[in-house]
Amino acid sequence: MGKLFGVILTIIALVSAYPIVTHKYVQPEDISTHGHAIDEQLSDTMAESGFAFLGSQLLLAFFVWKFSERKAGAKISNIPGGAKLMVVAAFILIGTEVLALGVLGQKAWANVYFTAPKPDAMQVQAQAGQFAFYFRYSGPDGKFGAIHPDKIDEGNQNFFGLDPANDVESRDDIVSGELAIPVNREIQLLMHAKDVGHSFYVRELRIQQDFVPGLDLSVHFTATKTGKYEIVCTQLCGLGHYNMKAYLNVLSQEDFEKWTKQKISEQ
Amino acid sequence: MAEASVQQAHVHAPPESFIRKNVFSLDHKTIGKQYYGLALVAVFTGMALSWLMRFHLAWPNAKIAGLELLSKAGAPGGVITPEYYLSLLTMHGTLMVFFVLTNAPFAGFGNYFLPIQIGAEDMAFPRFNMMSFWVTFVAFLVLFTAFFIPDGPPTSGWTAYAPLSAVGSDAGPGLGWGQNLWAISISLFCIGQLLGSLNFISTTLDLRAKGMTLMRMPICTWAWFITSCIGLLAFAVLLPACLLLILDRMAGTSFFIPAGLVLSDRLQNHAGGSPLLWQHLFWFFGHPEVYIAILPAMGIVSHVLITSMRKPLLSAKVIIYSMMSIGFLSWMVWGHHMFVSGMNPFSSLLFSFPTLTITIPATIMTLIWLGSLYGANLQITSASLFALGFVSMFVSGGVSGFFLAQPSIDIYLHATYFVVGHFHMVMGVAAIFGILSGTYFWFPKMSGRMMNETLGKLHFWITFVGTYCIFMPFHYLGMAGNVRRYSSFVDDFMAPLLPLHKFITIAALITGAGQFIFLYNLIHSRFRGKPAPQNPWNGTSLEWSIPSPPPWNNFGGKHPVVYHDSYQYGLKGSKGDYVMQDSPEQIVTE
Repeated sequence: MGKLFGVILTIIALVSAYPIVTHKYVQPEDISTHGHAIDEQLSDTMAESGFAFLGSQLLLAFFVWKFSERKAGAKISNIPGGAKLMVVAAFILIGTEVLALGVLGQKAWANVYFTAPKPDAMQVQAQAGQFAFYFRYSGPDGKFGAIHPDKIDEGNQNFFGLDPANDVESRDDIVSGELAIPVNREIQLLMHAKDVGHSFYVRELRIQQDFVPGLDLSVHFTATKTGKYEIVCTQLCGLGHYNMKAYLNVLSQEDFEKWTKQKISEQ
Repeated sequence: MAEASVQQAHVHAPPESFIRKNVFSLDHKTIGKQYYGLALVAVFTGMALSWLMRFHLAWPNAKIAGLELLSKAGAPGGVITPEYYLSLLTMHGTLMVFFVLTNAPFAGFGNYFLPIQIGAEDMAFPRFNMMSFWVTFVAFLVLFTAFFIPDGPPTSGWTAYAPLSAVGSDAGPGLGWGQNLWAISISLFCIGQLLGSLNFISTTLDLRAKGMTLMRMPICTWAWFITSCIGLLAFAVLLPACLLLILDRMAGTSFFIPAGLVLSDRLQNHAGGSPLLWQHLFWFFGHPEVYIAILPAMGIVSHVLITSMRKPLLSAKVIIYSMMSIGFLSWMVWGHHMFVSGMNPFSSLLFSFPTLTITIPATIMTLIWLGSLYGANLQITSASLFALGFVSMFVSGGVSGFFLAQPSIDIYLHATYFVVGHFHMVMGVAAIFGILSGTYFWFPKMSGRMMNETLGKLHFWITFVGTYCIFMPFHYLGMAGNVRRYSSFVDDFMAPLLPLHKFITIAALITGAGQFIFLYNLIHSRFRGKPAPQNPWNGTSLEWSIPSPPPWNNFGGKHPVVYHDSYQYGLKGSKGDYVMQDSPEQIVTE
């Protein structure tokens, strides 16, 4: 039965690797300026992990095939090099991998988190609440009105708790259910949670960031391709979590201006 | 002298009454079996819940006969609602992580075999030991009650992230009394584990037989010892975290709830708390918990493999030091669960390095297991098959850890099925393989009867192939961006992944059904199995030096004396190719 184990494990290892090698299930096309670094890191890791996976599984399969249920009196021996070889191999193989992936790979993280947005980045505020996203633009005055949680009234479409009667800056704020942005322009997303934790995930943008109540976070990115992409919530937020989504609408500069004008006229 | 007096103090007469013998027993063997039994109830419940979830994901509108009887609100007409899906998910995770993966390999087998393997008559504190089980049992009942209350079971996941878990029923169904019961249950569970861990540590350090030096202890004894050190610290953090959560929920405090939250159109009357504090406290426990589940399995698998290979590992010391390194590093990695949580991005880098580094001792262990197979004469039994399966699963789950340890890749893969595949393989299924290996190996000792090997092997093949069919595709789904914890996939990009989900569901149903072969084998063998000899696998450690099942006081009132290291195989001994630990014979080396 040791031989059977060897055969079945070999089949399992090869079949498991097949969809990866043939790229059957992969991330969608990247539409961000920073995403290629993440993708590169992902494929490097896939190559190294794939090697470790196939190497170990095939070795396990082979050893079990060869060294199980041997004839009575078969000589018991040890692998040349013994434990020392195993320890040294682990340090060399994994140590290199840790260094390569860990040290070099930090660049991709740094691209997203350690570079400040440019001063001319367009600010958009995103608010996540059970179970919808809303987005707010500062309008012609370039300033966001203050949020008053006690004034939030979804029935009257006051999703952000604005107070236009007393707060001049909030009067021209544009509120939208979709995130419309111009292509090739840096966006700084100011993230605000209304009730519980949520998350902002756009696969094509290679961006995932939690909304944390009480903590105003921001991420910045530049989309490089026009089109509509799904924004989904990835932090468990309650019964409607599976259905909490919005659209990212990447528009050309002209289309974005048209969109803005139309929104202002609707306010 | 001091050692002898300590041992004398624990000699007590066997109990007479049924209740003292079988229910409120002080005997570590009975308590070990009670933990194992509780884990068995929990694992079949947890598996049934996963069946329901998988069925719902593949066929969202299909009616499940009889489910309405369990919850009218959760499954009207037998169709699972989105909130009930979250309840199933929360209860599945909680049952499996706490009541199965902690209870069976650590508290169950550890209780039964740790004292025997070190030559002790019982645990250091038998009353604490009994209390630890019964507190855990009450914890289980409290959690289970949540299925039957009008509010329904909790819906915030096994991680119970605040403020969803902290603000009460305004946040949705299951977050009222359901969540209260969860927090109370886990608090009780922590108390049980703290008592148990203290007991394991004291027993290992104080009650070892003459000649049983620390380095002569079997590897699984070491694993339980290291695990109990981790457990003592980890549950000591989760307990206060749960108590603070209870205070937030019931006493109006705001440890985890900031100001200005609006839920159900109501401004919440809380201010000043931090949701990230919960995440830090939870994962400070949560990551070491992974090792609480996997280290005992590593110990059991090493023990079983050595006996089956008829030769010692290349180095038992290296395995023990690797387990210690893993235990030590496990305290420095919790932040890798929080890369995208809004935690300072610099700390992500600091958490990433120890996470990647922990793969070094894990790889050393894997290579030692693999390298030791070279030149062995491996006996294929149900126990050794599951031990080999463990090594395979541990590698498969381990390599996906490389991805998630890197914050940049985690941006894309966080909260996808990739993560679900990773932890199910590396801590879930691998640990279960360890438990099953231990069960087939030690059942003869525990019950005095052999299990059926043909059924055991059939069980192995279904489980081994089945778990790969279930959990490998999870990684593919994650690569394609399939988000976890969704009750159905209404988003455009996830719809094309449904065929793969259906495949997984079918695999899960078949693999789950295969577990009933194990259950049948377990129960049938308990009563009808062939009588087991004292040492059916020709093992060397002390559990094989006493009758099956062991008598009261384990060694019949005698104090065993240990002469050898734990694994003297591949030798010429008077009994064959091995020399037992308590055998005074000289070891002849060729």
